[in-house]
Amino acid sequence: MSKAINIITSTIVPLHNENVDTDQIIPARFLKATSRDGFGKNLFRDWRYENDNEATPKKDFVLNNALYAGKILVAGKNFGCGSSREHAAWAIKDAGFDVVVSSFFADIFKNNALNNFLLPVVVSDEFLNRIFEAVENNPSTELTVNLGEQSITLNETRATETFDINNYKKTCLLNGFDDIDYLLNIKPEIETYEKEHFN
Amino acid sequence: MDTATTNKDAQGTPLGAGGHTLFDKIWNKHIVKTIEGGPSVLYIDKHLIHEVTSPQAFAGLDKRGIKVFRPKQIVATADHNVPTLNQHLPIKEELSRLQVEALTTNCANHGVELYGLGHPYQGIVHVIGPELGFTQPGMTIVCGDSHTSTHGAFGAIAFGIGTSEVEMVMATQCLLQSKPKLMRINVEGELNEGVVSKDIVLYIISLISASGATGYAVEFAGSAIKRLSMEARMTICNMSIEMGARCGLIAPDETTFSYIKGREFAPKGEEWDKKLAYWKTLFSDADAKFDTEITIDAKDIEPMITYGTNPGMGIGVSQHIPALAEVEAKEQASYEKALQYMGLEAGSNIKGQKVDYVFIGSCTNSRIEDLRMVASFVQGKQKASGVEVWIVPGSKQVEAQAIAEGLDKVFEIAGFQLRQPGCSACLGMNEDKIPAGKYCISTSNRNFEGRQGPNARTLLASPLTAAAAAITGVVSDVRELI
Ligand code: SF4
Repeated sequence: MSKAINIITSTIVPLHNENVDTDQIIPARFLKATSRDGFGKNLFRDWRYENDNEATPKKDFVLNNALYAGKILVAGKNFGCGSSREHAAWAIKDAGFDVVVSSFFADIFKNNALNNFLLPVVVSDEFLNRIFEAVENNPSTELTVNLGEQSITLNETRATETFDINNYKKTCLLNGFDDIDYLLNIKPEIETYEKEHFN
Repeated sequence: MDTATTNKDAQGTPLGAGGHTLFDKIWNKHIVKTIEGGPSVLYIDKHLIHEVTSPQAFAGLDKRGIKVFRPKQIVATADHNVPTLNQHLPIKEELSRLQVEALTTNCANHGVELYGLGHPYQGIVHVIGPELGFTQPGMTIVCGDSHTSTHGAFGAIAFGIGTSEVEMVMATQCLLQSKPKLMRINVEGELNEGVVSKDIVLYIISLISASGATGYAVEFAGSAIKRLSMEARMTICNMSIEMGARCGLIAPDETTFSYIKGREFAPKGEEWDKKLAYWKTLFSDADAKFDTEITIDAKDIEPMITYGTNPGMGIGVSQHIPALAEVEAKEQASYEKALQYMGLEAGSNIKGQKVDYVFIGSCTNSRIEDLRMVASFVQGKQKASGVEVWIVPGSKQVEAQAIAEGLDKVFEIAGFQLRQPGCSACLGMNEDKIPAGKYCISTSNRNFEGRQGPNARTLLASPLTAAAAAITGVVSDVRELI
């Protein structure tokens, strides 16, 4: 599987909630696995099902609404706050998303997402509202996220905004590189540092 | 561009020449190198691991065919999943048991010391690190757990990381990090009676919101902070993540040094003198600059309690839950949703709200001082009928100390259950869940929907306020009871 990300064009799943914490993204009781796979089916578990039962989906929750699908999750501000569990990023990625758009992300979540080739895109409050409005008027609204150009565009109106991303991280995502590969490569420098540090 | 920064900061200013914050001093000393236009390679002194966020990291190492780089710099324990009753029996819940067993196997394979179930040092990672003297000033400390910020109380840079980062630290003892912005929060003056450190931090979060410090490292300072014990300082740094901060820290002082001295992993003899001399240089210089600075008057703080579904939704216990009109228009929808979840009414008083469960525990408030505080308040009193009270010590050592001091007897007479150490109802990963719709006044750090069990309703408060509710059966103002 190539992990690299560059241009993603997709319809959207809109999640209007703000302060979506990682306990909502993936409740603690589903963190008992020892592998990284299969968390997607429990994504937003308690918002998705009545009485913890897959046979009774909550009709008003967006993931249960056939009108909405796609690789881009759009959510209200302060997305991913709370616990450091990387399972939250794994669950979102496993459920088929490559991009999360919000006007504000919690720090640890943002790092975890980047480490899993799930691109967090920060947009202004105004742009976020525009996306929500567009998708409300037309559920098949498409967004294009161009990592190389650091831009996000509403395809229909061509309304566009640029977003920030650390240069190093951008290179990693475009090329499918991990931080750990980089760090393993500089091990001799780390050992040299240690000699002085522990002296 | 690689910068050697052991004795200089990134701009080349010698450390000790003034103008440096506590954070800068520690950060600069841990930079292995800086990637141009990118993050820095930050060296990590200590790494804490537990059963929930480590298995995939070990699996990653195994897949690469490499071993843990510096196993002696890791401390491991089982805490999130463990039962708090009958810990001598095998764990009943299969997936929890498998996860704890995986930790045991992984630690054995990689030469990592494990304080697992049954070990006299077992406990919540953030309780045992300081207790064992593993946590020390001037260090960089990480753990796959957001409340790693706790360790910042010793004047360390301590922060939570994800599992990919756990793997990086296991493999290289380093992380790629960008420097956060710096904030200082000063708490000045005397605290009111009945007000403790948990109230300070809940007050701060209610003031700046659950995302008010996102992107920042927060230094807590001021005369009220200086007077706090180490346990109380840990409670504050613990919850810095609940204001969004990357980490929280407090300059080390005599209180810090005397807490560390003599502990298992504390430096000894000559090593101690050398370390102590260094630790004494760890404070923000008088001319240090912060990106943001806030000052709070300690006397404005009353016993606090949360009424909503994020830790920023807190009020003084004598105040009313904000009426809808008092909430910003664009926040009203999510505000109503939170209150609906909590079954509480906008504009009503929180005092007098019925409570079903009382949970005294978690890495925020499960240290010996917390248990002593509760015991001295409940001595000779009885819990209200219909209230279930769980006291879950943070570690085996806390448990042993509580029993040695006879606190267990006080709890027993009051009708409180003293359980065995672990995270317990803080996140409800084991059997300790709050039933749907029930109210739990909890000394933990998160009141998110479902945190303590599906549809459980959490009210965060200090150990004193929680103990008061245990006695009266309703949210009470502890100041009227002492
Ligand atoms: S006690 Fe709660 S907050 Fe602390 S480490 Fe355990 S689960 Fe996390």
